[in-house]
Amino acid sequence: MLFSPAPLHIPDGFLSLIISLFFWVITVVAVGMAISKTNKTLGEKQVPLMGIMAAFIFAAQMLNFPVAGGTSGHFLGGTLAAIVLGPWAAILVVTAVVGLQGLLFQDGGLLVMGANIFNMGILTALIGFGLYRSVINANKTTRLIVAGLGAWLATMAAALLASLQLWLSGTSQLQVVIPAMLGVHALIGIGEALVTVAALAFIMQARPDLLDAKAVVEKGGRGWIYGGVLISILTVLLSPFASGDPDGLERVAETMGFLDRGLSASYQILPDYTVPFLGETALSTIVAGMVGALVLLGILVLIGGLLKRRAS
Amino acid sequence: MHADAFDRYYHAESPLHRLDPRVKVFLTVAFILSNALLSDGVWAAFGLAWLLILFANRFSGLGVEFSFKRSFIALPFALAAVSAIFIPAGQPLAEWTIGPIQLVPTDFGLMRFASILLRSWLSVQAGILLVAVTQFPDMIHAFEHLRVPAILTTIIAFLYRYLFVLTDEVMRLLRARESRSAALPGLKSGGSLFWRARVAGNMAGQLFLRSYERSDRIYNAMLARGYQGQMRTLRSHTMTRRDWLILSLGLFALIFLQLLARL
Amino acid sequence: MPHTHPTHHYQLPHFEGDILQITDLHFSYPDGHAALHGIQLCLAQGEKVALVGPNGAGKSTLMLHLNGILGDSGAVTVAGLPLNPKTLPQIRAAVGLVFQNPDDQLFSPTVFEDVAFGPLHMGLPEAEIHIRVDAALESVRMSAYRERLSHHLSVGEKKRIAIATVLAMNPRLLVLDEPSAGLDPRARRTLIHLLRDLPITMLVSTHDLALAKELFPRMIIMDEGRIVADGPTLELLQDQGLLEAHGLEKP
Repeated sequence: MLFSPAPLHIPDGFLSLIISLFFWVITVVAVGMAISKTNKTLGEKQVPLMGIMAAFIFAAQMLNFPVAGGTSGHFLGGTLAAIVLGPWAAILVVTAVVGLQGLLFQDGGLLVMGANIFNMGILTALIGFGLYRSVINANKTTRLIVAGLGAWLATMAAALLASLQLWLSGTSQLQVVIPAMLGVHALIGIGEALVTVAALAFIMQARPDLLDAKAVVEKGGRGWIYGGVLISILTVLLSPFASGDPDGLERVAETMGFLDRGLSASYQILPDYTVPFLGETALSTIVAGMVGALVLLGILVLIGGLLKRRAS
Repeated sequence: MHADAFDRYYHAESPLHRLDPRVKVFLTVAFILSNALLSDGVWAAFGLAWLLILFANRFSGLGVEFSFKRSFIALPFALAAVSAIFIPAGQPLAEWTIGPIQLVPTDFGLMRFASILLRSWLSVQAGILLVAVTQFPDMIHAFEHLRVPAILTTIIAFLYRYLFVLTDEVMRLLRARESRSAALPGLKSGGSLFWRARVAGNMAGQLFLRSYERSDRIYNAMLARGYQGQMRTLRSHTMTRRDWLILSLGLFALIFLQLLARL
Repeated sequence: MPHTHPTHHYQLPHFEGDILQITDLHFSYPDGHAALHGIQLCLAQGEKVALVGPNGAGKSTLMLHLNGILGDSGAVTVAGLPLNPKTLPQIRAAVGLVFQNPDDQLFSPTVFEDVAFGPLHMGLPEAEIHIRVDAALESVRMSAYRERLSHHLSVGEKKRIAIATVLAMNPRLLVLDEPSAGLDPRARRTLIHLLRDLPITMLVSTHDLALAKELFPRMIIMDEGRIVADGPTLELLQDQGLLEAHGLEKP
């Protein structure tokens, strides 16, 4: 079969409503920003370039290569897109790809699409572009190694976050889902890293103008470096902790008042997430989820603003 | 490769095919949302949701079992939920010891697992039916009408148009690789994993540059026909009284279903 | 073949004289490669002209100048309008450019959307757009394909739809890049009939000298960014030395 569903495309039904809506809110804001940013940098070319690049990612995902024992790795492409096209364009491109895969092929659900776009598009753009931009003035070998590392880490981060989302939704138990997802994606990530490096080396040779330091810097500010490095460190620290001692993570969550009731109804998993005057209804959960997402966004924007002021 | 490999539309003359794409998209999303709102173990409501799917299938002209037959795509992901069976809550049902691991399935866990699968299975069927009775370009228009930014819908329209062109290009590249992947008896062929990944990487790089240059040519073709940076679309769909009727019927059914689940 | 164009108020203003005038056009690409050296060219109304020459002669570059995608030197005049940023929209409505690869030209999911793209971006009202689309599809004999998806078409069908996408703009000048490339004999024959019946001024680049001989009374030979010959097709095709000097073969 040409088209194999990747384990990162979460279908509908596997994430709780609150988690789904939470990530939808963040994703909508990020995609909105991506639209206006790329519109500014690309102008009239935005639509054809983004559309064709999305088709490129879709088609490139069919490029498989034999790994071992009849299994084959296949290319995901998010990191490559983030480095060559820039993080905002990459977010837009991956959004289109995930959107089409969910709508047309039911590869990934609709209600959970916000989470899927966040995991595969926004995280990848942060890590892939952020790390690469931090070594933009280094020599070619260093840049390629960091790009490969970024591709691997972006895959791992997406798998880690997907596991956490499944756990918070009460779908999977942490001690099972974390080692399983991270184990599989550590391998997928190696394939992704190798292909990304080779593709990047090819493009550097054929079209050096696309990847010179000035072109890369124009596509995203220093904020991406901070964000990318921060998330990479989080991923590196959290992954062994979560897979080695999942009970530990659960304990942390418990002491933070995250999970004090069992895993009953899908939307009761975060019992603190209710709005007093609405009572414990579905509407209350939805509102609470949105408020939570907006508060988080506010904090992120604030941090971003502070970083920007310090940088300038 | 034949272009139809990516088409999910099945033509038929049916009330569902004729329905305004906005109504179809809206009801599908509402149905999936309604599934997410159902608590675990409300079997009657799940049953009613399934009846709604059967009903929709019946009016699609594609056969009552149409979406059922295609609904197993999300099944591999069910693995992610298997661990829910062993959630330590409710009554233990059995005790399995496999080597050092002790597994205790519980009634609560089993109910949770079944509910997750049901929610997913029902939602996937709604999606399958939606793309089977709606041409994808119409669906893109529906999203445009439902206030998704035109830039995003146009990018997806481009993606849809060119995925056929570019996957053809990938197939040609793969075939070229295949035809040169020879082996001599007694000799190990195929190179190291590193080398194979590099071949795939070179193909990806090549495809990237070709696509990048193609986007320039398409941009020229758009300019030549008066494009000035603003995408315009014809808003040709109009809601008929029948469309409104079906929309309200569908929403009533979903509200009834939610009430039933809360009895 | 009866051929009708819709009569309405959205036509370009009436004009008599040379449709296209190019005086001393030079062009170099940003990387320094010089592609055109002093092109002089006039096209009268109703003329059908073949543009031939080896690859890299500058044919495609010249065509991209005809509606202002490349160059801004002011050397091009279309229907009396000098090409500049102000006249650009009008000139793009007057010159219909059909690219070589129909997959680059047909960028919308459905045939209707693609043919409607030009009229829509010219700002025509919806009813008029529908009239234009139907007329354009009719003139390439593809009316039945209105609601089809572009990726379901054969190469020959795509070429015809690509021509329809610019006919819908009612251009004064049709510019085609390699229309017969990649077509099987039957599709090529259909295309020849189609081009013969279209009552529009035409400039067509091609390697297909048999096509040039059959359809175009006038022929222009380009090589290395210059026009090296311009005259009646039948006469030029007799000049063995000229053809050989520019890598062409007598059909």
